[in-house]
Amino acid sequence: MGQVVVETKDLTKTYNGFTAVDRLNLRIEEGEIFGFLGPNGAGKTTTILMLLGLTEPSSGIAQVCGYNSTREPLRVKRIVGYLPEKAGFYEDLTVEQNLRYTAELNNLVRQEAEKRIDSLLATVGLSKVADQEVSKLSRGMKQRLGIADIWVKEPKLAFLDEPTSGIDPEGIDDILNLIVRMAKKSVTVIFCSHQLNQVQKICNRVGILAKGRLVAEGPIDRLGRQATGGGRYRIEVEVAQLNPKLIDSLKRVKGVVEVQASGNSLLISCDKDLRGQIAKVIVDSDSLLVGMKIEEYSLERIYKKYFRET
Amino acid sequence: MYAVFRKELADHLASRRFAILFILVLLAAIFATYIAIENVRSAVTPTTEFIFLRIFTTSDGTLPSFLFFLSLFIPIIGIALGFDAINSERTSGNLSRLLSQPIYRDSVINGKFLAGLAVLAIIVVSVIAIVAGLGLRIVGVPPSSEEAFRIIVFVLLSIIYGAFWMALAVLFSVFFNRAATSMLASIALWIFFFFFMAMIAGVIANAYAPLGSNPTPEMIIKNVEIQGAIARISPCTLYGEATAALLTPELGSLNPALMMVSILAAGRELSPLPFSQSLLLVWPQVVSIIALAAICFAVSYIRFMREEIRSV
Repeated sequence: MGQVVVETKDLTKTYNGFTAVDRLNLRIEEGEIFGFLGPNGAGKTTTILMLLGLTEPSSGIAQVCGYNSTREPLRVKRIVGYLPEKAGFYEDLTVEQNLRYTAELNNLVRQEAEKRIDSLLATVGLSKVADQEVSKLSRGMKQRLGIADIWVKEPKLAFLDEPTSGIDPEGIDDILNLIVRMAKKSVTVIFCSHQLNQVQKICNRVGILAKGRLVAEGPIDRLGRQATGGGRYRIEVEVAQLNPKLIDSLKRVKGVVEVQASGNSLLISCDKDLRGQIAKVIVDSDSLLVGMKIEEYSLERIYKKYFRET
Repeated sequence: MYAVFRKELADHLASRRFAILFILVLLAAIFATYIAIENVRSAVTPTTEFIFLRIFTTSDGTLPSFLFFLSLFIPIIGIALGFDAINSERTSGNLSRLLSQPIYRDSVINGKFLAGLAVLAIIVVSVIAIVAGLGLRIVGVPPSSEEAFRIIVFVLLSIIYGAFWMALAVLFSVFFNRAATSMLASIALWIFFFFFMAMIAGVIANAYAPLGSNPTPEMIIKNVEIQGAIARISPCTLYGEATAALLTPELGSLNPALMMVSILAAGRELSPLPFSQSLLLVWPQVVSIIALAAICFAVSYIRFMREEIRSV
């Protein structure tokens, strides 16, 4: 268990009677890439703003690395990078000047700042356009600049609000790779996105927010099991020829709850990942094992399931 | 705050806006000075005092003086430097990024205001210095120490006056989300104060103290006093009066009625006031302008600090 980076306790925010965030309890550990999901207006950005200390919670506590975001916003802002959804840069300054300004606002020493900026520009692939005005950059480049902008201060935590919206597929891959690289340098990342396949690709854990409440939270495969298989693993097996004896012996395996047969394939629900045991049983029963795979859960299915319920 | 100040200052100085304003003001200044110098030569007699100050106030009757040009341009400069201070950050998406940096929120607005003030000071000081230098070169009469003091106070007053207009524009930039709206609002207010206030004052004064067909001196004085009182709501009037008293030492009073009486009664050259007395004369005007600027800045400061950053 790593160090706790983000912790909220019953965090609540109401705007004139409308509850934007409702008793949110969140716990995110160091080095995680946490996918923060939910429809527009579910309270994701409000939560982030409260964690940054830009908005005061109505009640509850928001903490980043042990600092209270509401009472010590400067300490928090020193270790947190925030890339807002519609982030903008000073269009008539160059890429480098924009980063230098951020470095100055963070009180970086000039030489150190230059060193960081140079290596960062190389990392995000903007070295060639360092002296160009931001107004001449493409959208994908601007988003990469955004990543560099939060990286300059070497944060412990980064909030990325829709960093991939409106970018071409190649650009999206670049951004996702950068996020993964950032996380490898033990930066905790909170990644807000509606692009569920992207979230699934890079996030260790997700939280789904609906109407200000956290309706689901956890690693994607666990959420998937909860959402579709009643919390169980589902293993699909295909054999060359199905005989009833096999089904019986499979049912006898410890942990197997249910075996459904259709044609030559079997769908086995079990409490654990029992692929090894199941394979052994099949081989021992002299059946020919053709294929076996554990059911994978698409985040999209999970997401839709939760929103059908609420 | 220093980082914000430095960046804003650099932005201003490198901007086209600054270049245009500076050239505009400079051309007007040189033009006005040239005319003033032509006229000063013909008006000067061996007994004339304060020749140097006349460079700033003399006109040839058809074209306005340097002082008039300056009172026209200072509000424009102030507005141009402040009207998009906050709302441009907001619309460009820089504000939330900026506020998530480890700086106090007020350093954004303070830094911007101070940078604007610095640019304003640079423009005012350099324009007045250029005019004074031209005058010195062509007229050939050096300013006396009293004239020098009067000019220094004049410079400070002009900067404060510009600061008021900038504070007003910053105020609108906090309240209105679009830069175009805040600029229009500032300019509308300026036009109102500069052109319409005197008219309105006249109308109101005539309604309260009608002159009739055959006015007595008392009626005229009452009418003029009401006009003066109402016109003083406008910072343009305050600045005009204060600069007039500073640059025209002969002006014995800023009470419009008294001024009229003294001119009517004396009908001769007025003897100039000493510097300290002129300073006392303009003190209420100066304080009023400072107070107006402070109020505008305070309101925008409070509004900016309390504003909740919300998700869009």
